[in-house]
This record gives sequence, C-alpha cells and structure tokens, in this order.
Amino acid sequence: MFIVDYIKTVYSTCKSLLSGMRLTGYYFFHHKEIITQQYPDVRLVMAERFRGEVVMTHDEKNEHRCTGCTACELACPNATIKIVTKQELQPDGKKKKALDTFVYHLELCTMCNLCIMACPTDAIKMAQTYEHSVFDRNQLTKKLNAPGSKLMEGVE
Amino acid sequence: MISIEHISQSLHEALSASLNSTLVLLIEMVIAGVLVIALFAVLGLVLVFMERKVSAYIQIRLGPNRVGYQGFAQTAADTLKLLIKEGLTPDGADKFLFNLAPLVVMVVAMLIMAPIAFTKGFQLWDINIGVLYVSAVSSISVIGILMAGWASNNKYSMLGAMRSGAQIVSYELSAGLSVITIVILVGSLSINDIIASQQNGWWIFKGHIPVMISFIIFVIAVTAETNRAPFDLAEAESELTAGFHTEYSGMRFAFFFLAEYVNIFVVCAIGATLFFGGWMPFHIGSWEAFNHVMDFIPGIVWFFGKIFSLIFLIMWFRWTFPRLRIDQLLNLEWKYLLPIAMFNLLLTTLMAITGFYFK
Repeated sequence: MFIVDYIKTVYSTCKSLLSGMRLTGYYFFHHKEIITQQYPDVRLVMAERFRGEVVMTHDEKNEHRCTGCTACELACPNATIKIVTKQELQPDGKKKKALDTFVYHLELCTMCNLCIMACPTDAIKMAQTYEHSVFDRNQLTKKLNAPGSKLMEGVE
Repeated sequence: MISIEHISQSLHEALSASLNSTLVLLIEMVIAGVLVIALFAVLGLVLVFMERKVSAYIQIRLGPNRVGYQGFAQTAADTLKLLIKEGLTPDGADKFLFNLAPLVVMVVAMLIMAPIAFTKGFQLWDINIGVLYVSAVSSISVIGILMAGWASNNKYSMLGAMRSGAQIVSYELSAGLSVITIVILVGSLSINDIIASQQNGWWIFKGHIPVMISFIIFVIAVTAETNRAPFDLAEAESELTAGFHTEYSGMRFAFFFLAEYVNIFVVCAIGATLFFGGWMPFHIGSWEAFNHVMDFIPGIVWFFGKIFSLIFLIMWFRWTFPRLRIDQLLNLEWKYLLPIAMFNLLLTTLMAITGFYFK
C-alpha cells in the first residue's frame, strides 16, 4: 500500500533524525565528554610505548652502557646514527675500542625502534618527548653521550 | 513599573511637546533606524559566537576560548578584521549588481524587522497584515542572492544562486501554509492580534496536534529558507567553495554573513510570535495566580528567550544533520512537506470550524 509506505518513511525518518539529535544534544549538555586538551596549559604525558626520540641512558656516575659496537648504526634503515669510536688505553696496557661520539640525526629518524632492538647492551632507549621544533635544522643533530661520560664497569 | 512601552511613550511626548509633528516623526524614524542597526550589530556578534560555541560543544570541542573571557571577544576581533580587509571586485563581474547584492540582502533582513512586536506596545510598524507582509518580503532576499551569484561571473556562485532560487521558491510554499494554520485559528493577519489571542495559552499547546505538525513544518521550511545546513546547498562549502558569496571579501562578505544570522533571528521571531505567543508570558487557561506570577517576568525577556531557544534548535539541526542533495531537497519539499502541510491545513480548518481546540 502506497499510503502505508509513505507514513512508514516519514516515521522512520523522524525517528532516525531524532536519535541523531539525541546524541548531539547529549554532547552539548555533557561537557565532560570534551576531548580537547588545551596544549600549552596542559601537557600530556605520553604512554611508555610512545617513540619520541632516541636517548642514551646515563646513571648518576655519568656512565653509559654503549660499547661502540655500531650494531645500531648498521640496523638503522636511513643512516640516522653515526658512531665515532676511539682507541682507549686500558689499565693493563692493552688498547680497546670505545665510544667517542654517538651522533643522532633526529631530522632523519622515523622512530622505527630498530636501533633499540639491535643494541646488545640496552644503552639506548626511546624517550617520550614530543616538542621537537627548533629554529635551525642543525639543532636536530644531537650528541647522545653526555660530555665526560665513560663506559659503565662490567659492560662488554 | 518601568517598561519599554513607557520609555517610548514618554520620549514621544517629550519630543512632541517642543517640536512639530513632521520633525517628531523624522527624529523617531532616525532613532528607530539606529536601534535596528544597533540590534543587528549586537545580533551578529552574539549569534556568531553562539554558533561557534554550540557547534564546538556538539562536536566535543571547546570552541573559541582565548580572546577575552571564554572567547567572548572573538567575534568582535573577527569583525574588526573584516572591516579593515580589502573588498575586492572581480574583473569580469557586473560591478553595479555585485556591489548592490549585499545591500539588498541586508535591506530585506531589515524590512522584516518592521512588524515584529518586541514587547507590549513596542513595535516599529503596526500593520494589520503583518504576517502577510513578512512572508512577502522575506522572499525578496532570493533576489539579492541571485544577484550576487549572477554578477560574480563565477560558476560556483552561479550554481549556488540557482540552487538557492529553486530552494527558496519551493520552501516558501510550506512555510506559508504552516503560517496560515495559525492565521486560520486566530482569524487575523495582524501580529498584535495573534499575540493577543495567546493570552490564555500559546498556540502550540492550545492547537495541539495540527499546530505541532505545522510548527515542525515551519521550522524545517524556514531552515531551508535561510539557507542553513542541512539545506545550505546555496553555500555548500565542500562542493561550491562558498556558493553565491565565493567572490566576496571584506565588509561585503560580512554583510552576507550578518544577513544570514539576522534572517535566522527574524524567522525565529516570527516562529516565536506565531506558535509561542511572542512576548506573551507562559499562561495556562484560567489559573489566575500562576498567570500573575508569570507576568512578573518582562515580555522582552520572554520574547528573546523564545527566539534564542528556537535559534538553538536550528543550530542543533545544523550541527547534527548532513547536507541534502538537491534532488533529495526537492523531494522532501514536494513529496513530503507540501502534502503534509496541505492535509494539516485541512485538519486545522476543520478544527477551527468545530472549535475542537483549547479556548
């Protein structure tokens, strides 16, 4: 019957429109649903799994765990990491390869996490920072090992 | 008790005491003009801010909240920006019509203001065919839109203007029919008579089902007539950039923007007058005590309260529903709204003859 279909159409249309208005009306009156974060006032703490940038961990004696093995440099798909090594004289008179500078190009990094997985001594990790804007591109090239730091005792 | 009626009357008396009647009329016309323009400016600022906040809350956002307290100065800052921007006229445009169009749209919005009764005895022009005047004048605005679209020498503007023409011509019908519903019940076209007839209850309650149906049709039709989403095919940002005002910039664009919001205000004022008693407080039949308590709230507060509730309803529509396609739009009007409005008119007429409504 035409007239029955007609009335059914009108009824179902009104019903679906009203259910849409009910949801938006609910949002209008319930401001606790608002998901906007007012960024400069409120800074979010990112989750543990968030990859912001690669950092090297140092302990309180300014010692790191990087042996300069270049496993991370080899694992990196786009040459973000450059490791400069030096020959260090051991107390027993032998020379040993050690880390001189850990160069990290943040502007090239894709946060793929491969270097962290490749590291045999857990020297580097991902930090949860996200404010990386700088005025000059050169500032994005970072030296990860702290000045004057040396290899931690017992890490081979 | 000080009321707006007393203020306007004492002003009239003070003026006519010292000046002759022609001069008094002139001065009063200037005052009325200034008041209307001031109302427009304030409405523009308030409604744009309201729209932005309503849309923000509906979309789970915060909206403007940086300029001034909670963003209150945002629209004033935007207006300032528009004022100092260059008003560009495109090369191939018809310069005269292009510059005339925003003024036509504005003037039409101003004209509809004339018969609206803001509170008891506060009305610019008390004519006995107020409703007819409003429905006649409001359809002139399509000429301004067509003018803008045609004169811009731009295909988007042209398409938007043509759509707007088709839309307003069709939705005028059901808006008119739903207005006639109330005219039948009241038996008068005068705005003051319509408000006076709601002394013992607003028509939306007194006229029960048929008036409610005609109110729904009225709201849908005026949403379409003011080119608001979900019927904003004339603008349709995602398809036609901005439709008929694509080529406009600076203050001329601001005129279109302002006219849109003033039009919403005016149609909501008409809706409030017809269905919710204008400035008439909420009265229930013969409950003398209740009615008296309600009378303590001034009429202007009632009127603006009703208007802004209706405006909120229309904004709610805008931020909930997706835009209709042009064929869906015309289907809705010619296959649904118009037959229902006509049937409803018949029902109302029967109701008025048999007296089957709350008196």
